[in-house]
Amino acid sequence: MSGGYLTIRNLSAVLRDTGERVLRSVDIDLQPGTIRGLVGESGAGKSMIGKAVLGVLPKALKVVEGEILIDGQDLLKLKDADRRRLIGASTALIPQDPLTALNPSHRIGPQITNRLVDILGWTRRAAEVRALEVLEEVQIADAARVMRQYPHELSGGMRQRILIASAFAAEPKLIIADEPTTALDVTVQKQILKLISNLQARHGTALLFVTHDLGVVAKICDSLSVLYGGKVVEDTDVASFFNGPHHAYGRALLAATPRHTDPDASLLPVPDDVIAAVRAELGEADRQWVRHD
Amino acid sequence: MPILRVVLSRFLTTLITLIGVAIIVFVVVRVVPGNPIAMMLPPGASTADIERLSALYGLDKSIFEQFTIWFGNVLQGDFGTSISTRQPVLDLVLGRLPATLELSLMALIIAVILGMGAAIIGTRYRGRRTETGVDLANGIGLSVPDFLWGLLLIILLGVVWPLFPISGRVSPRLDLPFSTQFYLIESIFRLRFDLTGNLLRHMFMPALALALPLAAIIAQLLKQSLKETVNLDYAVLARTKGYSETRVILSEALPNALLPTLTLIGVQFTFLIGGTVIIERLFSYEGLGNMAVDAVINRDLPLIQGIVILFALIFTAINLLVDMTYAFLNPRLRHA
Repeated sequence: MSGGYLTIRNLSAVLRDTGERVLRSVDIDLQPGTIRGLVGESGAGKSMIGKAVLGVLPKALKVVEGEILIDGQDLLKLKDADRRRLIGASTALIPQDPLTALNPSHRIGPQITNRLVDILGWTRRAAEVRALEVLEEVQIADAARVMRQYPHELSGGMRQRILIASAFAAEPKLIIADEPTTALDVTVQKQILKLISNLQARHGTALLFVTHDLGVVAKICDSLSVLYGGKVVEDTDVASFFNGPHHAYGRALLAATPRHTDPDASLLPVPDDVIAAVRAELGEADRQWVRHD
Repeated sequence: MPILRVVLSRFLTTLITLIGVAIIVFVVVRVVPGNPIAMMLPPGASTADIERLSALYGLDKSIFEQFTIWFGNVLQGDFGTSISTRQPVLDLVLGRLPATLELSLMALIIAVILGMGAAIIGTRYRGRRTETGVDLANGIGLSVPDFLWGLLLIILLGVVWPLFPISGRVSPRLDLPFSTQFYLIESIFRLRFDLTGNLLRHMFMPALALALPLAAIIAQLLKQSLKETVNLDYAVLARTKGYSETRVILSEALPNALLPTLTLIGVQFTFLIGGTVIIERLFSYEGLGNMAVDAVINRDLPLIQGIVILFALIFTAINLLVDMTYAFLNPRLRHA
């Protein structure tokens, strides 16, 4: 399984202080123009994978082995300036919380055009034309006025649209969406989700969609990776996952998802014995693991 | 009209502050030991002489009476006559004010440059030895007061390596073509850069002595504020766009981190101006602070009062300026 636009091989990261493994030999393959869901409960390390790709892992974490290949180039082997240029040109992030992801001191316009101008060397005029285009693509009315506004003048839904527009502005080959609907209210969530999948289809972007919501995965993803404790416990395409996950944890997770077809059913937790089994699996993997750093 | 209301309420607060300051200084200089009459007469003057002179200056009246006469005059722009030099207080004070303003502003500029520079470098290399170095320098800057810096600078750059003149505002031999007291600014406008250089060389040590403690305070607060800001979501997002750490600090974090620092700079700048009293004395710099010390030594009551009122006015103006800048820098306040 190679030839993906983004390929993560055997990626392990540890806590700098304790040496505890946070990512455990992660393998992920993302084909061009497809959406892969990255699913897991809180603390499973799903956001960390996105952060590792983008080079913004918290300082407390350290990658100790593995490769992150974008278009065949290993990000972890590139010089910092080269890595930044490659990421800036090819990859974008749709962040989780639109209320904190825009800089309160800058107007909207420059926050969309800055990458195009400063990193990719566009002229300011061309970048502004492009910004207007993408703002209209995310259905923002009166885009020219919005570009002159400050973030605090706009609603959360508007800001998330702007962040999505900004992510697509440079036509990146890869977008990492880090729970982009979690901070929004339910009615807006649905629109934003639709917007992202429409734009993804139109631009043919490879999308890594980090979420804890299997319902979202079922709706928009092509394939998915289920994470537990920083380990990929299931890597499959969406159809076969929903028809019957291979791994016990995946099955339990699927069973725990609330369904609106049966709203009265009580919520099922993931059973303790499944957790115990998957923990034992992690323990076994760690015993066999030899650090390569 | 909200702006009109703001201006009006500001004006009233200023007036009330000034009245308060006037009362305090008026009472204090009359309560402390020593009196100007004793300073003017030779030892052994008769009681009759003392009483005659007191009556001449109105010092035989009650404090309340003296105050109403003086404050009434002040409101009409008459600050009285200096007892020791017999010149109008207003002329004396305004003649010295430019020297002190130039010195304080130079000190402020040095403090902001040093403080911001240290904060940015400390943030850029956070968690490394460079940051420890910056913290150490801040600690020293915070714990050594301005007059001690003055003495250290005099010893080091004035005596051991005599790089800078240790006293005065300008070399006394020079012919000064100035028509205002803003020597530094006027020398630039007159393109007399030889004089500008001479003035700057005289100003360097006192300004640096005043600046160092403020620079350390700015560096400490701004670095703390920057270190929080560089981990916020919008700074992380900027990094994913390909921005270098330095760019993230300068264009994403700095505009937001500056706000809390700015208020502090305003408050601390008033302390800095207070510091000119000692520093100007130390460097025999002919400014308002030096004049204040002379006025106190001579028990020159009208002059002391005039200087204090002027200081109070400057402090109020600085606070107003800080508030306006704050509103300008923070878009969330601008439209409010």
